[in-house]
This record gives sequence, C-alpha cells and structure tokens, in this order.
Amino acid sequence: MSAIATYTRRELMVVAAGREIHDREVVFVGMRLPLLGFGLAKATHAPEAVGLFENGIIRDRPAEAFIYTMGDPPNIAGALACVGLLDVMSLLQQGRVDVGFIGGAEVDPLGNLNTTWAGGEGRPVRLPGSGGGQDIASLAQRTVLIMEHEPRRFRERVSYVTSPGHFPGRRRGGPATLITTLGVFDLRQGRFRLRSLHPEVSLAHVRAATGFAVESDGTPAVTEPPTQEELAYIRHADPQGFWTGDHRGKGGD
Amino acid sequence: MSDKRQSLGDAIAAHVHDADAIALGLALESGIPFAAVHELIRQRRRDLTLIGPISDMAFDQLIGAGCVTRVIAAWVGNVAGGSGYCFRRALEQGIPHPITVEEHSNFTVGLGLKAAAMGVPYLPTLTGIGSDIVRDHPRIRPQDDPFGGPPLLAVGAIRPDVTIVHTQRADRHGNAHLWGNLGLTLEGVYAARRTIVTCEEIVADEVIRSDPNRTVIPGLLVDAVVEVPGGALPASVQGYWRRDFETFLGYHGRSRTLEGYRAWLDEWVLGIASRDAYLAHLGQPALDRLRVRDQRLAAAANFAP
Repeated sequence: MSAIATYTRRELMVVAAGREIHDREVVFVGMRLPLLGFGLAKATHAPEAVGLFENGIIRDRPAEAFIYTMGDPPNIAGALACVGLLDVMSLLQQGRVDVGFIGGAEVDPLGNLNTTWAGGEGRPVRLPGSGGGQDIASLAQRTVLIMEHEPRRFRERVSYVTSPGHFPGRRRGGPATLITTLGVFDLRQGRFRLRSLHPEVSLAHVRAATGFAVESDGTPAVTEPPTQEELAYIRHADPQGFWTGDHRGKGGD
Repeated sequence: MSDKRQSLGDAIAAHVHDADAIALGLALESGIPFAAVHELIRQRRRDLTLIGPISDMAFDQLIGAGCVTRVIAAWVGNVAGGSGYCFRRALEQGIPHPITVEEHSNFTVGLGLKAAAMGVPYLPTLTGIGSDIVRDHPRIRPQDDPFGGPPLLAVGAIRPDVTIVHTQRADRHGNAHLWGNLGLTLEGVYAARRTIVTCEEIVADEVIRSDPNRTVIPGLLVDAVVEVPGGALPASVQGYWRRDFETFLGYHGRSRTLEGYRAWLDEWVLGIASRDAYLAHLGQPALDRLRVRDQRLAAAANFAP
C-alpha cells in the first residue's frame, strides 16, 4: 500500500471517485472519469459492487479493455445484463441506487450543477445538456460530483440548474461529495465544507479558485495519494492516459 | 408477411419527409444509424425535429447540415470529445439557422416515448423536481398524485413520425435481432408511426425464429429493412464493429470551425455516394482495425416444444 510520488491530478480524482464507492453498493456510473472510478473500486476495495449504466448495462466487473464510452464493446462483453434505459432509471427512481456520479460545468454551494448554458458575464456558451445528470441528481441515495476547479465554474448561484442540489422538500439523497482538481469537499446538509486538499494544493489556492465561501475546520487533511495497486489498475484501464493524463488527455473538454 | 427490403436511398425517400420528427441514436453510444443520417443529409431533408437521449455526434452533423429546426433531447455533443460545435453555433449564433431545443433528461425522453408507446398521454415521474429543465416546460408539468401522495411531474407523450435503428441482423420482413444494451430502442420503435431498420445482415427467416427473445423489433412495426454493413460506423455494433474513436475525435477537431465542418461534410457525406463508398474512404487498415473478427458466442437456448 505504499504511495507513488508520480501521478496525475486526474489519476488522483479517479482514485478519490473510486473511494466513494463502498463494497456491495449499487452504483449509477456516469460518463468519463467515473467509468474508471467504478472499475478501480471493483478491482480494489469494492469487489461486490454492482454498476448500472444509463444505456442499460448492468455489470459487476470492470470493462474488459479501455473504453471511451459506456456503450463500447468491452463494457458490454461479460456484462450481467443488457436491458433498457427505463429499466435502470426505474431502479434509480425506486431508490435502489446507493450512489451516482455526475459531472458539471458550473456548481454552487448547494451542489446545483449546470450543464446547459454557461458563461454568466461573457457571451453564453451552450453546453451539451443534462444527459442522465438530472435523473441521478434527483433520484440516487447520494451523489458524487466531479468538476474542474476554476473560479468561473464555482459560482454563488449557478445560472441554470440542470441537476438539482440541495433544496427544501427534496425527497431523498442529494450531493454528498464533490471531487475537484484541487480537493475533496463534503456537501451534505447543504453546506460546502473542505474535506481534503490534494497534495501540494493550499487552502488559499482553493479559496481563490472558488467564487463563494469554503468552510474548513482546523488544519485541512490531505487527499490520500494513489497506492501502487490503484495506479496499476488505472494505467492498465487507461494505458494511453486519454482520461487521466493531465497533458495527453483529450477527454476533459 | 411482406418483403420490406429496400435500398437505403429508397427507404429514406419513401419514409422520411420534410418536417418529420425523427428518433434515432436510441441505444445511446452504440448502434447509431450513421449511414441513414448521412443519407438524410444527402437527400437534403429540411425542418426536421430530432428526438433522442444523447445523440453522440449524429444530431450535431444533421444540425450543421441545415436539416433541423427542433431538437427534443437530453444531451447533444460528442461523448468522448465534449461539445457539439454545430449545435453550439446554431444556438449561440443561429448558424446555419436558429433551432429550438426542448430540454430533457435521458429519463424524461424515455418516459415521453414510453407514454406514446403505451398509448397514454403522459407518465408520472419523480425526476426533475428542483431542476430548471422542468420550469415552464411544454411537455413536463406538475401533477398531483391522485392517490394522495406527494406531487409528481407528468411527462407528455413524444411520438416520432419515424424511428431509425441499426441492429445486427433482421429478416426480410423487418423482424430484427439486437444484442447489447437497448437504451430506448424499444420505446422509440413502439412509439413511432413508421420505423426503418438498417442492419449488418439480412438473414433467413428461420434464423430470427430460432431465438425469438432476441427479436427486439417485431417486423409488424417496421416499414423498411435495409442491409447496410458498417451502417452504424463510427459507432460500435457488438460482435461486428468496434468504436471508430478516431473518426469521432477527428470530427470533433474539424467541426470546431464552420469551415472545418463544411470540409468534413464534403469529404465524408456529400462527396460520398453510399455506405460502401464511406467504408472504402475509411480504408482497409482502418476497417481491419475496426472489424470484430473474434468470436465469443452466447450459449445456445433450447426452444424445443
């Protein structure tokens, strides 16, 4: 379990995402980094977790080879079941999904995510839209958000709520954890609290990159670096660093 | 049952009209009927409404080509790359003309199609409460629970004029086998007024009847069946084709500018007569890389009476 000094920021984010999955949980796996985070959790500390993919795949093994999308053939081969989108969404709606992952372009302190229209000050930029994000945010028992940590993305109030965060009258769930390029944050109870800073990131850096107040108690913890085992899995699953190379990766746009 | 085989050109000409609402890309990232999408562009269909969950790149190409005035979708872009630049140009700058978007999530697109498939005006749901998507939405409205529970949202039926799907194999009547994840394929086909099936292979009737559980699309719902090997590329087809990620990423890069998109369209769609010509343009090394030649066959299922 010794830590390796050299790893990328995105590898650390995948590791942090994987650690949010507990063994035997039912996971709604999102696009991009969570595809790797789920496989990592399965390969390490959560061998009995089961993954639901919005396209209708249910699987309990990591994908058999590198995948760009959840629909790639190595994510279908060896699956437990291939069903329909409404089947897995229905399980989500029933409350049978423990944890779901979502990304966003903008976030606010309540964990509201905007993936529809961005750019409060400048010319508005059209983003791709909800996908399954609204559904996961509405219906999972808890959600884990994954974001690039930049001031323009961290706003006092997002301009458009695509995937709802905490709000009065929410029936279940809501954002529990936010993993960014700078740290890990606890969003439970509608508060925005620092849980850990990534190595070599200062609290001042986080505060400067966040457009609202960040709660922090005492000396902040440091995000546990990847272990050799975790890095070995990531580099096996993403051998070219498409998702996890800080410079080579093209998948973060 | 009647023989519904047609050429792709004839099937699009006969069954897709200007101003139709078309559902496609229903399996999400896999099995997107790109050959049919490109034929729609070549036949210059106009004023289309596109319906689908995430529409990996296909909607973006149709929007850029000027075929579309309305989108009913949860997500429009390039799954591995990010933004759909034609979608962005249309919404941010009205290029090539303005379009409107009816915002959805994957679940609400599915519920709308399911309502149409079931022949009911709407279905209730819990998704979207607290989201701006459902605010003043033309098809999603607050609804009281008639049994006294907490408030719900009602998602109105979404009825495509035409649904286009790509499957592994079908018989000449349109009974189609599909394996791998299904996404919203069933809902899209059952909801539609007309359905076009493109497939890797047209097979003997008895092949389909040998495994009726794999017949996801009954031929009675199908208007045309077209054999188009490689008809989903660059999307993957389980057991036939891997995902052609280089084409997805190449399009993502080139479509960033309007000029780049037009050059891409000339090269890969307008200057290409057919899917066979598309495959030839991809070239043998790419085809060798993308074609699945390994076999991992499912265990046989005994249907003996």
